[in-house]
Amino acid sequence: MQERTDRPLGHVPAHSHDGDCGHDHAHAHTPLPAIRSERTLVSARNLNLKIGSRPVLQEVGLDLEAGEIVTVIGPNGAGKTTLVRVLLGLQKPDAGEIWRRDGLVVGYAPQRFDIDKSIPMTVARFVAMGRATAANAEIADALKEVGAGRLEERQISELSGGELQRVILARALVRKPQLLVLDEPVRGVDYSGEAELYTLIGTLRSEHGMGVLLVSHDLHVVMAQSDRVICLNRHICCSGVPESVAQHPEYARLFGPQTARAFGLYHHQHDHRHDLTGAPQPVRALGRDKPANE
Amino acid sequence: MGEPFVMRALLAGLGLAVIAAPLGCFVMWRRMAYYGETVAQSGLIGIAVGLGLSLNLTLSVLVVTLAVSGLLVLLSRQKLVPVDSVLGILAHAALAVGVIVASLVRGPQVDLMAFLFGDIFAVTPVDLQWVLFGGLAALVAIMSIWRPLLALSLHEDMAAAEGVSVDRVKLTFMIVLALVVAIAIKIVGVLLTIAFLIIPAAAARPLSETPEQMAFFAAIFGMLSVAMGLFVSISIDTPGGPSIVLVLSILFLSSILPSVLRQVSR
Repeated sequence: MQERTDRPLGHVPAHSHDGDCGHDHAHAHTPLPAIRSERTLVSARNLNLKIGSRPVLQEVGLDLEAGEIVTVIGPNGAGKTTLVRVLLGLQKPDAGEIWRRDGLVVGYAPQRFDIDKSIPMTVARFVAMGRATAANAEIADALKEVGAGRLEERQISELSGGELQRVILARALVRKPQLLVLDEPVRGVDYSGEAELYTLIGTLRSEHGMGVLLVSHDLHVVMAQSDRVICLNRHICCSGVPESVAQHPEYARLFGPQTARAFGLYHHQHDHRHDLTGAPQPVRALGRDKPANE
Repeated sequence: MGEPFVMRALLAGLGLAVIAAPLGCFVMWRRMAYYGETVAQSGLIGIAVGLGLSLNLTLSVLVVTLAVSGLLVLLSRQKLVPVDSVLGILAHAALAVGVIVASLVRGPQVDLMAFLFGDIFAVTPVDLQWVLFGGLAALVAIMSIWRPLLALSLHEDMAAAEGVSVDRVKLTFMIVLALVVAIAIKIVGVLLTIAFLIIPAAAARPLSETPEQMAFFAAIFGMLSVAMGLFVSISIDTPGGPSIVLVLSILFLSSILPSVLRQVSR
């Protein structure tokens, strides 16, 4: 069987082992790559974070390039939002390295955005908060792009959940970001809106060449648009092209065998199991650099 | 009506209304009403210590409000006791310490009532200078952080990801709030200061479509209430500060009434 790398070999060698699940539970320190592709936007290695005594991130590493859509999936409490916050520099990890491109412009649409109704503000003004120099036409364009053109003069306190989600996305876009980070962007958006949204994200990537980091709890809806999927459950369970992740036993374990079976049967040597706390337990020793494709 | 002490009361009240308006909006947007209340109540310690050591009262209050602001930040870092409880504890602890220190101060008996509810007709020319210069400094400071503070109030993480230096802006806001509270305490008293901050903002909310409009209407409501409150106070001999707060409250109730009726009739 071919080694399952998400990209042709040689592309960001630091995570070329990601396509398999043979990750190393000895957790040897992997330094940030000395030579970095000039397309790289964010690069992280060995991120560890505990909240109280509970580990939230364990040895998580990630690279994100311009023009690439990377999706982080995982169950509730898997540390998806925490990972995003750490990558954006909003939260400090206990250990690990993060590199961000100098002057990286980020458009961030956070999850659970409950707008404070006590702040009077029009939608247009809210979008303008994303970039002080944004012209009115740019604001209108950003709103049209996400299908919220008619909301421009409405008060943000009057928006429905789905409308607010689009307006937040418009604010992220008006920044002309190099990296767009969307945490559960379809929450509160109806089904047809959901498909539209992902099509839009795909378009943005190809037209503007921005890197996109998506967080989702559902692989199905992001399948078509993602270049790479990272399945997170505090540590990176598996990662790679969407098809390989969908067929991965870890994915099946996290999301139920029904979901996984929909993508067809796939045999894979699983090199670890999880204990009751979800912490990975090695089943047998693996050579660290040995590819796990048996 | 034209007597100097009345003029000073009017000028101090109007000036305070203008300073308090934008600040009060942010106190409301950032849900810091109880925080402000705690900081204001701690001002009593400053007054008692200031009287005991014969210091400028506004200055000694400012030192205490700044110290208590810092203490609140430290205490809200732990997660076992929620922030509102921490505030409740500190507000009353501060009040207790303030009253005890006041009782220990030698010399003429400290008029607690005057400091709890303010004595706007006792405003001195020095107090007026604090309103003018301190207030001007507070206004300039709040305008210089207006945009990032607004972004922060909408969503802290989003603002931070967009490059707002969260800690610096928050710190500036806390210092400005401590300053304005210190200035206001001498005029409207420890217990009514926060009312002076949030009621005009709350009354302005239903009429406003932009944040700036809300600050503007809040200033108008504040000034209107000062003028009407002082007029009532002089006409029927009621205490000054409470009269202003009463007018403010009536303004707020009339302003919020349509929204309440809309909800009820639904």
